Amino acid sequence: MGKYLIRRFLQLVVVSFVISVLVFMLVHLLPGDPTTQILGANDTAANRAILLKQLGLNLPLWHQYTIWLNAAFNGNLGTSYLNHESVTHILATGAPVSLELIILSQILAFAVAIPLALVVSRKPNRALDNISTTTTFGLLALPPFVVAPILVAVFAVGLGWFPATGYVPFNQSPATNIHDMILPAVAITAGSIAVYFRLLRSDLISTLQQDFITMARSKGLSNRRIMWRHAFRPSSFSLLAAAGINIGSLIAGTFVVEALFAMPGIGLALVQAVEQRDYLVVQGISLVVAIAFVVIQFIIDFIFTIVDPRVVRE
Amino acid sequence: MAMRRGRPAGTLEFKDVGTHEGPLLVVDDVHTSFRTARGTVRAVDGVSFEVHEGKTLGIVGESGSGKTVLSRSIMGLLPPRDVIRSGTVHFAGHDMTAMEDKELRQVWGAELSMIFQDPMTALNPVKRIGVQICESLRLHLDMDKKEAVSTAVELLRSVGIPSPEERVRWYPFQLSGGMRQRVMIAIALACAPRLVLADEPTTGLDVTVQAQILDLLADLQRERHMAVILVTHDLGVVASRADDIIVMYAGRIVERAPTRTLFSDTKMPYTQALMDSIPRLADPSGARLLAIGGRPPDLINPPQGCRFAPRCPYAQDKCRESDPPLRTVGSPDHLFACWFPLVDGKSTAPSVPVSLSASSSSAAPVAGASDPDPTAEADA
Amino acid sequence: MPDDRELLDTNSSTRMLGNRIPGTAATDEAILDMQQHEPVDPNVEPLKKRPFGFLFWFAIGFVTVVVFSAVLANLLPLQNPNFGNYSALNQAPSGSHLLGTDDLGRDLLSRLVFGARVSLIVGFLGVIIGLVFGGTAGLISGYRGGRIDIALNAGSFIILAFPAIVAVIAIVTFWGASLFHITIILGIATIPLMYRVIRASSLSFAQRDFVIAAKTMGATDTRIVLREILPNVIPVTVTFSLITVAGLIVIEGTLAFLGLSVALPTPSWGNLINEGTANGALSTNPYIMLWPALAMFLLLWSINLIGDRLRQRFDIREGLL
Repeated sequence: MGKYLIRRFLQLVVVSFVISVLVFMLVHLLPGDPTTQILGANDTAANRAILLKQLGLNLPLWHQYTIWLNAAFNGNLGTSYLNHESVTHILATGAPVSLELIILSQILAFAVAIPLALVVSRKPNRALDNISTTTTFGLLALPPFVVAPILVAVFAVGLGWFPATGYVPFNQSPATNIHDMILPAVAITAGSIAVYFRLLRSDLISTLQQDFITMARSKGLSNRRIMWRHAFRPSSFSLLAAAGINIGSLIAGTFVVEALFAMPGIGLALVQAVEQRDYLVVQGISLVVAIAFVVIQFIIDFIFTIVDPRVVRE
Repeated sequence: MAMRRGRPAGTLEFKDVGTHEGPLLVVDDVHTSFRTARGTVRAVDGVSFEVHEGKTLGIVGESGSGKTVLSRSIMGLLPPRDVIRSGTVHFAGHDMTAMEDKELRQVWGAELSMIFQDPMTALNPVKRIGVQICESLRLHLDMDKKEAVSTAVELLRSVGIPSPEERVRWYPFQLSGGMRQRVMIAIALACAPRLVLADEPTTGLDVTVQAQILDLLADLQRERHMAVILVTHDLGVVASRADDIIVMYAGRIVERAPTRTLFSDTKMPYTQALMDSIPRLADPSGARLLAIGGRPPDLINPPQGCRFAPRCPYAQDKCRESDPPLRTVGSPDHLFACWFPLVDGKSTAPSVPVSLSASSSSAAPVAGASDPDPTAEADA
Repeated sequence: MPDDRELLDTNSSTRMLGNRIPGTAATDEAILDMQQHEPVDPNVEPLKKRPFGFLFWFAIGFVTVVVFSAVLANLLPLQNPNFGNYSALNQAPSGSHLLGTDDLGRDLLSRLVFGARVSLIVGFLGVIIGLVFGGTAGLISGYRGGRIDIALNAGSFIILAFPAIVAVIAIVTFWGASLFHITIILGIATIPLMYRVIRASSLSFAQRDFVIAAKTMGATDTRIVLREILPNVIPVTVTFSLITVAGLIVIEGTLAFLGLSVALPTPSWGNLINEGTANGALSTNPYIMLWPALAMFLLLWSINLIGDRLRQRFDIREGLL
């Protein structure tokens, strides 16, 4: 198993490296540069040339790349051109917000999808199953940018139960923090619920047809025990894999709700940085986000080796 | 190996082994049909028999004869929907067919258990084999973890698995086919049930392993005074191991007799055909495999008359018109369903168009054939 | 038991997906199993032909209506979507404007219908691009294995890991936001998805006996891929493609949210919704957002339903229940 993990780790490293190159190149392909934004009224050709030299942006690309990469290894991802915060600082303040949002939303998604799938897979294609399945398609048809305004209109403006915007850090007040996050978290959960439910349901149905389930019945085990101890385990694998990919893609995908609900997360920061050609911020955040995705996959794989005994036994 | 019998109090009571009067299992006119898109399939169409404590019954038939459905019907392990059942199954005096799942669960595993055909799919691939054994032990015998594990190790040893202390933590995929089947036996026997239903326990195993498994089963059975029902398509398997044999065809019993009698005084042409299709070591090499021509009948619309008639070389008009009942002539142990039963291997039918051995056709599923136990007494 | 290639897969998520995708190896094994046992195995019923159901046909009907009206928009008796009647601002649905007007007096119905074009083109063409490149790569990758497989797999993983918004924003800003550009970008984003799904499916079929049989009869690789594997891979692909179409339509909407989709005044459902929710427009005139949101909801829901029903039809195992 050690060899397998080492191999995967090496892949992680290689992929991260390639991504860093791609990110860098892509960002620098954008027309325009930060000078326009920084100089503002002082935007003349001469000033621009001076600024470019100052920022080191007149060096050949590969040189800029190595400088950047070097600094990154030392933990220095650069500073924002516009507000002079360090990129690491931006990440450090933004990441907890986005992460919390994601975690909250996934907990919600699992809490709904798993019990529903367990109940429904026992009697597939009956009333409850059909209703759940059809409703799920509805969930898939409600993207965040549609749901969020509606949620705000109904629950924030209309009923006043939740705030429409605002963020309170966790250590200040845990209760308010979570309370304020509920609407944005719900807004991004719809798709996850649908995906997890469909996947788990279909997997459970197919597992329940296996011989070892009949065998377990023939041993006199209760239905509940069979569901939880025998059926759920093998079926949860695809759920795990899907969660890995889902969470990975959510990492940078929270920007819609972050913008709508004014949550200071990294999604929002990233989008703003791109629009303003804040290179270093874009590079830094993109790199971290991409690596986070790869790391999550790695962790999921690792969990697999623990949980599924059939994966590479040496 | 003595098993502890401290069962938690359920609502069902079972007398101790050996004290039960009368037959252990009574199957009475059981019918099991499945509703499908094409019609209602009558998989088991009126089967009755008895099994006594400590005895072995062999149930033999081709694919499609209904034997697996029968074993599931006895257990009560049928799908919840689209199944029509009638008839009763009495086990140790209790009517299984009238029981709810809750009560059945007290019986399953504890008094009545089943060995499945394919151990690769019947064992949970992601659970260690020790756990799968301990489950039953802890559920029915109320053992604590430590006790259960040591019992499991002993069980594995008794089924012939080497180094059981280690292997109890193994996963099914780490074992060979024969060992997996032994594990299945260990699980089935864990709580010392009175009756074990072995559904094709050796299909798919190597021939030498087959013999070992069957011998093992026989040994354990003797030790525990257990009754066994051996369901198989292979006459060779039951030849030397069953006390009585039932031959099934198209969902019904067509012949039943104690083993010796079945082989020495075969009455049904079908049974004879099964025996003839077993290749023998003594046959000259290059001899043709004898197969039974035709295919099993459609169970949705079974033919009028004897169901074997379309394939029987001795079939007469009477056979095609009316269904022969299961009856005995002379000895009450030997039942058969044929208008013109065989006597001394020869048909009593008035006109015999061709002899059985020339009726081998290429498209037939070969019934009852496999490499037989060379020590079988099947010299009809 | 998964074979070596699957166990040593560079990304086990694909392997897991490969084991779980309906209509593939597991189904075949179940069918083969059935035939080896008695025809009436009590645990498994023969195939029941379930009718598709009312909802399914409703969904098909809706999608057809949307597609037709979008395609034939020019021929339909619709008002000019970009013409603003300043004397009829923010009107509720009425006789002259069936769905009302927006804050610039433009007819909402015609904006809706013309807007459908963007969503549909982005959705379907994007998926087609993904299928052509990703799907072909997946077929070959799953069948051949070896170095090609590893390389393509790594490539697709990298594309997946890359934060898409960055790429999209960058490219849209670079190239400009036209329907063509957006479709291409989203098409490229779909390639790794199609690749993985089709590869997993192809992989599981590549090991089946009938493929080996074809090989031993001297069939060339191309022939095997086209004649043996491809037909088996199609059901899964169809379902997944439909789901992806739905996904792309959503992404277009998200891009519109960032102001990166087709530029106003050209309508797209995405930017219509955006128009309708920004700056308190929701309280002034909820209809601007309502119609496109409703239409998008129904369309997405329909597509997903159709995809699922088709999958049920093709997945014999599920049909058995």
